[in-house]
Amino acid sequence: MTFFLQLVISGFALGMVYALIAIGFVIILKCSKAFNIAQGHFVMIGGYLGFTFLVTFHLPVWASLLAAIGAAIIMGLLIERLTLRPLVGQPILAVIMMTIALATVFEGLATLIWGGEYKAYHGVLPTITLKIGELSIPSEMVIGLIVSVVAVAILMLLFRYTKSGLAMRATAEDEQVVQSAGIKVTTVYALSWVIACVVGVIGGIILGGVSGVMVGMSQVGLKAFAVVLLGGINSLGGAIVAGIILGVLENVAAGYLDPLLPAGGGLANVFPFIVIIIVLIFKPYGLFGLAEIERI
Amino acid sequence: MGLPSGIFNQNYAQDMAIFRTRAQWIMLLAFLAFLFTGPLYFSDRILTIMTTIGITIISVLGLSILTGYCNQISIGHAGFMAVGAYTSGMLTAHLGWSFWAALPCAALMAGMVGVLFGLPSLKIKGFYLIMATIAAHFIIIWFILQFHNITGGGDGLAVPRPEIFGFVIKSKGSYFYLVMIIACLATFVAKNIVRTRAGRAFIAIKDNELAAEVMGINLWAYKLLAFFIGCVFAGVAGSLLVHYVAFACVDQFPFMNSVWYLGMLIVGGMGSITGAIFGAVSLKLLDELVTIVGPILSAVVAPQAAASLSLIMRGLVLIIFLIFEPRGLAHRWEMVKAYYRLWPFSH
Repeated sequence: MTFFLQLVISGFALGMVYALIAIGFVIILKCSKAFNIAQGHFVMIGGYLGFTFLVTFHLPVWASLLAAIGAAIIMGLLIERLTLRPLVGQPILAVIMMTIALATVFEGLATLIWGGEYKAYHGVLPTITLKIGELSIPSEMVIGLIVSVVAVAILMLLFRYTKSGLAMRATAEDEQVVQSAGIKVTTVYALSWVIACVVGVIGGIILGGVSGVMVGMSQVGLKAFAVVLLGGINSLGGAIVAGIILGVLENVAAGYLDPLLPAGGGLANVFPFIVIIIVLIFKPYGLFGLAEIERI
Repeated sequence: MGLPSGIFNQNYAQDMAIFRTRAQWIMLLAFLAFLFTGPLYFSDRILTIMTTIGITIISVLGLSILTGYCNQISIGHAGFMAVGAYTSGMLTAHLGWSFWAALPCAALMAGMVGVLFGLPSLKIKGFYLIMATIAAHFIIIWFILQFHNITGGGDGLAVPRPEIFGFVIKSKGSYFYLVMIIACLATFVAKNIVRTRAGRAFIAIKDNELAAEVMGINLWAYKLLAFFIGCVFAGVAGSLLVHYVAFACVDQFPFMNSVWYLGMLIVGGMGSITGAIFGAVSLKLLDELVTIVGPILSAVVAPQAAASLSLIMRGLVLIIFLIFEPRGLAHRWEMVKAYYRLWPFSH
């Protein structure tokens, strides 16, 4: 029983990582209908930025956070202005390939600048450890849960009650109508990329502080798409719920089935992808997503 | 379209001909003659590069039919190559089949796995389908690693060289001939597939799925057919690849390759057989350039520069083409041809 609970709890922590990536993805999708494959790489870059500011420059935590957020804002603006804006009106494949190309460039840059090595800065960020009986609850889970719930709450309020949030939702619905209503679509797009970058970078810093960063971390970004699909691609709350479900399922499945499989399993690497296929076949719009209706 | 002035299509056969004028036939024959006498004057290194380019062309042709013509975007093509590679590798290594029997089996097997993972395409499209094919890649690779007692798993699998009438195709030159013959056949087949009823159905599905269905195109059948055809090409390419290096392992089919094949389509031009060839050739040559420049950069700048250069270069090439030349090299090629057709009287 302890084994099971421990699996569930560490799965929960993993799920929060997935959720953080998925949130950034959903934001861009909600505003601009662009699918951002590079979201996992934003998290990776965030982790390395945290390392640079906290360890290399010895900045205090609050200054590092501010500096990283500043860098994220610049990154988001540059990405939108230089690479995504020329693609307005292009088919969906062009946008997806652009984000894949961005992901590749980020991976290359991270390798070039930080050597692609594993970097960790334990003990710099405040850690929270809880113990319930024999179970220890990792601080990833607590911090991840707090950050993603807070992020989702802020973003939901933004989408529901502010004027720019309304503009974002309207832009996703119909670009031309929004333009004729006098809203600058380019500003909305820029805003959405900036938000996604900031969410990704903050997530990356927390992850880096808790479990360290490396270039391979961006692979987690691919697995996080299972979360996005399971939760419904345009549902922020769905990202958290699906993140928890998937993280726990993955960990429990790997914990119990790996010993039974030949070649030692490695089920955790492939489990999210199996979930993707199952979700796509049976419930393509996820648990909380809106079904798309198509007309000629 | 595109005929020199004064030449008109006067009957059906002329209208359907791919090579219409004598000049085109002469250029084709001259190119083939140049290609097939290649081993006489190319060094081994160039032959190796050209062989891998040929294998890549076969694979990208399949992706071109699937993604370029039918718009069923697949980022799992390297996974389907792996299916073909391991099918033919295991048949020849364990069961002692001849390469010539194993190659069609590899193609069929890859096609069937492609159809299996193409099944979700009936309900979903666009981003969802991309996710399904990415998932397909990782699931296939995982399965190969799991069944390590027959696939060799992480250790890889030694694969015999192909043999013909007792002659073992193992020198660089002879394998070059094998790959080039199959690549030329594949180009011919692909070019003609897209001119058949099925090819026109693919294009209709690409232009507008709902409209195509209303027109009476069976989406279910034609989408799966596109997956089958695309993955058959991938299976052939995978099989040729492992028999070339005489070794099969999952590292030959990284996820990055799946992405990069799609990149070749974009650089070459979507929806064009010539484009697939242009893309495969130009990006493979770029890779070669990186392997030459990389070590120099590593020595001068930083040790990790070589690894990052290939990533940054690949990403930048894609970004530049997406922004400045979204229709790819094939479009540019058509414009060049149109310009020289009437040269020097362009008006």
